[in-house]
Amino acid sequence: MTDFALTTFSSKGKLLQIEYALNAVAKGDTAIGIKAKNGVVLVVEKKQSSILVEESSVQKVSLLTDNIAATYAGLGPDFRVLAQQARKLVKKYDLKYQEEIFVQTLSRELAEDVQVATQRGGIRPFGVSILIAGYDEEGPHLVQLDPSGAYYSWKATAIGKQAKNAKAFLEKRYNADMEIEDAINTALLTLKEGFEGQITPTNIEVGVIRDDHVFRILPPSQVKDYLEELE
Amino acid sequence: MSGIFEYNGGSIVGMKGKNCIAMACDRRFGQQMSTITTNYQKVFKIQDNILLALSGLNTDIHTFYALMEKEINLYNLKENRKMKPTTFANLVASALYERRFGPFFVTPIVAGLENGKPILATYDSIGCKSDLDDFQVGGTGGNYIYGACEAFFKPDMNPEELEEVIGQSLVSGCDRDALSGWGGVVYVLTEQKLTVKILKTKQT
Repeated sequence: MTDFALTTFSSKGKLLQIEYALNAVAKGDTAIGIKAKNGVVLVVEKKQSSILVEESSVQKVSLLTDNIAATYAGLGPDFRVLAQQARKLVKKYDLKYQEEIFVQTLSRELAEDVQVATQRGGIRPFGVSILIAGYDEEGPHLVQLDPSGAYYSWKATAIGKQAKNAKAFLEKRYNADMEIEDAINTALLTLKEGFEGQITPTNIEVGVIRDDHVFRILPPSQVKDYLEELE
Repeated sequence: MSGIFEYNGGSIVGMKGKNCIAMACDRRFGQQMSTITTNYQKVFKIQDNILLALSGLNTDIHTFYALMEKEINLYNLKENRKMKPTTFANLVASALYERRFGPFFVTPIVAGLENGKPILATYDSIGCKSDLDDFQVGGTGGNYIYGACEAFFKPDMNPEELEEVIGQSLVSGCDRDALSGWGGVVYVLTEQKLTVKILKTKQT
């Protein structure tokens, strides 16, 4: 029975548990998000530990509502729990206001749950950084949510193993006039840059939302077409 | 206590016009047969483009209004934007249902303009929302006001016509109801402004 917080300050003013959680994120499979003028794309590595794994059963990009989805880098089960919590938050908002929740609002409310895990007794911080992508009334959004509960809006970003290199690559490639198709290509190129081994339609996952406000996770056949275009 | 909804008395009415809406209420605050004041506010401006009218038990009118004010203020601060009238209309329904087994003894009417389009919604005391009609009534004089509305109302009236019709309907209704009256207030909301007019009813 623990009433006391497990995450406590070090003498240097750091919360080591959060730092360690960020280490777990940094070891995770790379995920990339790019916000275009008219949409957002999420691309994530889905490398499996063995060829025996049923690739189609692994879902790394999860729909939170029709127009918002998320992916992650870090501990898969922690992401699963947060995604489910996010879905409940969306529904709670929907029941109260019968209105499409804004991406910023959802991010803020989910961030509250993540922060609680850094301060409440007996529980550890979540070991994931989440990328939330959505298209609401205000337009396209890309938000990163860290284990500390801090959240940042990005034009383009990467999390996980290749985050540093990918972000450097993106800094050169990104421009504010990008359309969603350019963004998808750029995201795939960025992932390919640091990819260990051969990139295939089944060892990555791609999710796209355009100005129709409908988030779609691309089937392998469509991913194949985009990958071929890169050649 | 013959009817908790009849204890304080009072009537409200809401109407849709062409790119405008109107709300009217009486001014009586009574306790059964006794009249306490003749300037009780029953229509509230929730936002520049949303009006909330409440009839029923006055203490609940006051409390429910305060609750809605709090909700919209927090929403404005949290979401950093104004609330849409349709969203507010849904919020009222949720807030009423939250007290399903210990309800607010009020029957609200919400009226607003969303991108110029008139919005009107009415509820029972436990949050059943109805947004299908062009005019709605509430309170002890409601049924009397209905009669006048049915006779005078026509769709797509301009603000001046709407003000006249809703005013006449309210007055006809309140003059026939013992528990409503002692003056009326008419609010007409257009994209540009909100006009408030005080009417005389039978002083009884």
